[in-house]
Amino acid sequence: MNEHVTQHVGQSYPRREAREKVTGRIEYIHNLRLPNMLYGKIFRSTIAHGRIVRIDVSAAAAMPGVDCVITGEDVRKVMPDVYYGVMFHDQPVLAVDKVRFVGEPVAIVMAADPNVAHEAMSLIEAEYEELDPVFDEMEALSARSFVHDELKPGNPQLGFLAGVRDTNVGFPYQLRHGGDVDEAFEKADRVFEHMFRTQASAHVPLEPHVTVAEPTSTGITLHTANQSPHFVSFEVSRLLGWPQSKVRVRVPYLGGGFGSKLWLKLEAMAAAAALLAKKPVKISLFMEEQFYMITKHAATLQIKSGVDKDGKIIARKCNVFWNGGAYADIGPAVAFHAGMTAAGPYDIENVAIDSLSMYTNRPTAGALRGFGHPQLVWAYENHTNMIAEELGIDPLEFRRRNILHEGSETATGTKLTNSAVEQVLERVAEKLGWEKPFDHGEGTVKRGRGFAIGIKASISPSTSEAIVRLGSDGCATVIAGTVDMGQGSDTANAQIAAEVLNIPVEMVNVVHPDTHVTPYDTGTLGSRSLYHMGNAVRLAAEDAKAKLEALMAEVGVQPGSNVPIWEVFARKNGMPVGNVTGTGSFVPADHIPPEPMTGQSSNITPYWMVGATGVEVEVDTETGHVRVLKMINVADTGNPINPKIVEFQLSGASIMALGQTMTEKMNFDSGQVTNASFADYKIPSILDIPEIENDPMDCGEPDGPFGAKGVGETGTFGVAAAIANAVKDAVGVRVTELPITAETVYRAMRAAANDPLEEE
Amino acid sequence: MLDTPQQTIEFTLNGKPVSAQIQPQWTLVDLLQNAFDLYGARQSCGQGLCGCCSVVVDGKAVSGCLYLAAFADGSTIETIENGEEELDAVQEAFIEAGAFQCSFCTPGFITMTRQLLVSNPDPSVDDIKHYLTGNLCRCGTYPQIIAAVQMAAGKLQAAKA
Repeated sequence: MNEHVTQHVGQSYPRREAREKVTGRIEYIHNLRLPNMLYGKIFRSTIAHGRIVRIDVSAAAAMPGVDCVITGEDVRKVMPDVYYGVMFHDQPVLAVDKVRFVGEPVAIVMAADPNVAHEAMSLIEAEYEELDPVFDEMEALSARSFVHDELKPGNPQLGFLAGVRDTNVGFPYQLRHGGDVDEAFEKADRVFEHMFRTQASAHVPLEPHVTVAEPTSTGITLHTANQSPHFVSFEVSRLLGWPQSKVRVRVPYLGGGFGSKLWLKLEAMAAAAALLAKKPVKISLFMEEQFYMITKHAATLQIKSGVDKDGKIIARKCNVFWNGGAYADIGPAVAFHAGMTAAGPYDIENVAIDSLSMYTNRPTAGALRGFGHPQLVWAYENHTNMIAEELGIDPLEFRRRNILHEGSETATGTKLTNSAVEQVLERVAEKLGWEKPFDHGEGTVKRGRGFAIGIKASISPSTSEAIVRLGSDGCATVIAGTVDMGQGSDTANAQIAAEVLNIPVEMVNVVHPDTHVTPYDTGTLGSRSLYHMGNAVRLAAEDAKAKLEALMAEVGVQPGSNVPIWEVFARKNGMPVGNVTGTGSFVPADHIPPEPMTGQSSNITPYWMVGATGVEVEVDTETGHVRVLKMINVADTGNPINPKIVEFQLSGASIMALGQTMTEKMNFDSGQVTNASFADYKIPSILDIPEIENDPMDCGEPDGPFGAKGVGETGTFGVAAAIANAVKDAVGVRVTELPITAETVYRAMRAAANDPLEEE
Repeated sequence: MLDTPQQTIEFTLNGKPVSAQIQPQWTLVDLLQNAFDLYGARQSCGQGLCGCCSVVVDGKAVSGCLYLAAFADGSTIETIENGEEELDAVQEAFIEAGAFQCSFCTPGFITMTRQLLVSNPDPSVDDIKHYLTGNLCRCGTYPQIIAAVQMAAGKLQAAKA
C-alpha cells in the first residue's frame, strides 16, 4: 500500500473528454467516413438451421449503384479457412455450407449509398434445406440434431475437445471441492433442491456495432468499435494468413459496450468485404441487428444444498446449463469462469459444480456485464433465502452462519483475501434497516424488502502493457490499449500517471488503442482494466520517472533542484527537446491454472469482486405489478481512483441489471427474435428508476494501483435475486424465472391461493 | 430501384443561412451528417424511441431519424453543436453532475433539457422524469441526469437574478 498522501488519485475529476461529449464532437467510429467508402449491408438467414442449397446474388449485383456482393464462398478467396472465434474456430465470416440461426450473416451488399445497398438486399435469393433446430439448452442435451458436426477448438487449452462429434455440449466445466458431495448429502439434516431459469437478453449499446475496414498499401486498417483491439488484430491476421503487423486496429471512444463489442464482431466480414471490393467498407448495424449479433446467456440452473442441524451448509451441487446459441464466442469461458463461483460466497465443505456451455440454434451468447455471474447470483441467492425460509431462520442470520470469512478457502481452493464479503453483507443489511421493523403495507398494495450478495473472480491470467512518455515540456502521454467505452478509463489512467509523475492531470495525454502504437492488452472486459492496466500505467510512469532521474544525474542536475525539465533535456540534446519513455507490463503474479478435473487452484484470481444489493418493493396484489422503490448497492471497490466515476459505475450497472430483471427478455418464434426493437424490448427509462443509494466501500486492494480494483460489473450481481426476495417478502410468492413480470407474479399469487390462472 | 433526384433546400442552421442538395429519402440526421459533417444527432434505435437523434426544428425538438430532410426547407434548425465555443449552463451542469458515461445519448438529453428549462424554469423531479422519458441512456446515468437538470435550472435562475 502506498503510504504517501495522494494528490490526483482519489479525486473526482470530471472525465477528461467531458467537453467533447457535451458538445457532440466526441469521436466514434459511428461518425467515420473515408474517401471512396462503400456501405456494406448484411443479408441474413431466415431459418434457424439448414444447409445452404443456393444463394443467388446476381440480381442484387446487377442493381445500378451496387459495387459488389459477396457470400461465404467469396470470403474464401481472401481467408482460406473462414472459421474464427476466441475459444472455438467455429464461426464462419459469412455462412458456408450451413446456417445455424435466424439472422446469421449470409451475404454482404456493398454500395456507395447505404440506401442502395439496403434496397439491393431484397433482390438476393437464398434456398436452404431445413434441418431440425434445437432452441432450448436442456433439449440441446438430448437432441439428435447437432448445431455443429464436430467441435473445433481454437484456444490451445481446449485442445482436448478437438474432433468431438455428435454433441451440443461446447464445453464442460467441472469443479470438485472437499469430499464426495453425494455422501455429504446423506449426512445432512435437510436437503434442498431448486431450479431457476434466466432469459436471453440483449446488450443494445446505443452506438450499434460498427466497423470501417480500410485496405492500405501495406495491409489493412480496421477502425472499429471494439473492446479487444489486440485480439482483433491477432484473429483477422490469422484468417488472412498475414503477419499481425499488417492488420492495424484502432479504436476511439465507444458509445457503450457492456461486453457486446468483444472479440470479433463485424471486423472479419468488413475486412473480407473491403479486400474483395478494394475499397474502404463501413458496416454499421441497425438496432434490430444488434439482437442477432450477441446476447446474454439464457440459463437453467439446478442447485442442491445439504444443511446440518445448526443451519450450516455442508454440501452443494450446482448444474448450470448455458444457452450459448449457434457459436461459441466467449461462452465456454463464461461457463468456466462463472462456474468457479456457482456455489456463491459461502463457506461450504463439499462442492460439486458442472457448468455446461450448450450450442443451440439461437443468436450467439457472450459476456454481458458480469460474465455469467448475474445468472448465478439469481440462482444461489434465491436458493439461500428459500432454505432460510424452510428452516425458519432469518435470511441474514442464515447467511452469517455460512458466509466466507477473510482467509477461508473458497470452493475453487483459493483462499479469500482482501475481500470485504462479510462487511458488504453487513453493510447492505444495515442500510436496509434489516433488523428494524418493516411496514408491509395495508390493502391491495404490499411492500417487501430483500437483498442478495455475489462474488466474482477477476479474469486471470491476463496481461496489460503500457507506455508512458514524458516530454521536455513536462507533459506526459499514456499509451495504453484500454478502450474507454464510458467507464472513464482514460481519466483513471491519466490520474494514475499524474500521481506517479507528480504533474497536473491536465498535463497528461492519453493515446487511444491502436495496435500499431499501443502495446498489448488482453481486452477491456470483466472489470479487469483498472487493476491490470492501472498497474501497467503505474509501472510505466515509475519507469519514466526513474529514467528522468537518471537523465538529471547524467547532466548534473541534483534531485529536487528547481532546474526546469526543459533545461534537463537542453543540456542533454543541445535543444529543449526529447522524451524519456517508460514501459510497464503487468501480469498478476503466481497465477495457478485450475486442475482440469476438479477446478482446484491455490491462486485462481488476483482479486475478488464483491457486490450486494438491497431493495424495497411494492407489489400490487390485484395485478402482480412490482415497483422497485429503493435500491441500495454496496460493493468492495478497493480504493477508488475517481470516487464519483466509481459510484456512478455501480449505479449504472444496477440500473442495467434492473432492466434485465424486470422487463428485458428476447422473445423467439421458431428462432426468430420477435421483439428486436426498443418498441417491444424495453430497457429502463428515466421513469423506471427507484431511489438509488450507492456505497463503494473503500476496502483497499494491496496489489491494485493505489489500492484500487475493478468495479464495472459489481453493481449487477445482486439486483435480480434481491428483487425476487423482496417480492416474496411482500406477497409470499417466489419467482424462479426471469424477468419478474406482473404476469409471472400474478400467476404465482393465484397459484399460491389454489386458484391458478389458465395458461394461454 | 432507387434513382437519386436532387432537391435543393434552404434553411437556417445554428444561426447561419445554409442550403443543401438533398435526396428525397434523407432524414434530418442524414442531412446534418452528409451535408454539414455534424454528428451530434445520432441514429441509434431508428424508430424515434431513444432520443439520440434529437434536433430542434423551429423551436421544437424532433426525432431527426424520422424527420425527412425535405421538411427542413425554410425552417430554423439548432443542433447540439450550436454555439459550442462556450458551454451553456446545461452542458456545464451535465459535466459537474457526471451525467454521462459513453455519451452517445448526451446531445439528446441536453437538447431536451434546454427545451424543458425554457418552458419550466424550476422543474420538479417528476417534471424532469416525465419530460425526459423519451430519451434512453443504456449506461444508466439517469440519477445523475436528474441532478444535472436541477443544477442547470439553478444556474439559469442564478444568472437571471
